[in-house]
Amino acid sequence: MTEPDIATIWVYLSASPLLGLTMTLVAYSLAYRLYLFTNSHPLLNPVVTAVAVLIIFLLATDTPYQDYFEGGQFVHFLLGPATVALAVPLYQQCSNLKRLWLPVLIALLTGVSVGALSSVLIARALGGSLQTQLSLAPKSVTAPVAMGISEQIGGLPSLTAVLVVLTGITGAVLGSKMFELMRIRDDAVKGVAMGVAAHGIGTARAFQISPKMGAFSGLAMALSAFATALVLPWLLDVFDLLL
Amino acid sequence: MKFLNGVTLLLIYQLIGEFSVLLLRIPVPGPVLGMILLFLTLMLRKGSGESLDSASSTLLSHLSLLFVPAGVGMMVHFDRIANEWLPISVALLLSTVLTMAVTAAAMLGSRRLFGVGVQEND
Repeated sequence: MTEPDIATIWVYLSASPLLGLTMTLVAYSLAYRLYLFTNSHPLLNPVVTAVAVLIIFLLATDTPYQDYFEGGQFVHFLLGPATVALAVPLYQQCSNLKRLWLPVLIALLTGVSVGALSSVLIARALGGSLQTQLSLAPKSVTAPVAMGISEQIGGLPSLTAVLVVLTGITGAVLGSKMFELMRIRDDAVKGVAMGVAAHGIGTARAFQISPKMGAFSGLAMALSAFATALVLPWLLDVFDLLL
Repeated sequence: MKFLNGVTLLLIYQLIGEFSVLLLRIPVPGPVLGMILLFLTLMLRKGSGESLDSASSTLLSHLSLLFVPAGVGMMVHFDRIANEWLPISVALLLSTVLTMAVTAAAMLGSRRLFGVGVQEND
């Protein structure tokens, strides 16, 4: 029997979901350790580091994204049940929510409109293509919802998924600094702003700061997914931004 | 076992959500509807129970991990991002910061306007 050579083993393994899944978990746990090691430095947000490491690895080994996603999809799938799970912290913040429902609603509708319109208008002013503008419009909504909206209004769902992640990272990285500058100390206000602007990645960051901020962020993210799905197509139509 | 029961419940609500969205053509993704239904159930039942608590806190404590595979998808769009890096990056950055600031300001403003008690962190 001949020695199995590395290249053959690689060809076999890179076609199986095991490699993509293991790579995702290894990259994330290393990234998370680095993040803790640097005292939660915002620029070393574990999503950023893990994504960068994985992309470099895939490019270096000439592995197409589709092959990686064979394994990555198992992690990606958990976004669904995790979204449902947000009902629990939300329920635990029920008394806060009852007290604050009107300000939350007003903040939500304002934030959703400003987020969608400003991204389209800024990209348009700087000469972005129409498809890019429309893919940007739902950028502040959680990925599965944003992809659905993007398709509906004529953007590219897969580009939207990436822009959504980048938006979340931007919000998670800049959020704390900005709240400090605006002198906002209330975790309910910070959470709502984070959830409306930076969906799940912002919510993950908010949970690291406090359970209350996380719960409000999760609530805002869920409600803004709902509001954006209903309002965005209409908003773009009214402002005549689809052409 | 508790964890397993919790996860099963989450999946059932997601499934109900997906099913209702398709059946009633609601323009909202299934998991979001599932979350709202679970939230309403918890309000009616007045409690979430140990198994649901354990499953949800486990899933949510590593929420960031779940975004990694979608983030890696960036590599498919390198060409477009390279060609339109200026509008994309400025729109992302400015619009995200603006959205966050305006949302926070709207919430603070309306809370003052309607005189809802301002409460510091507990």
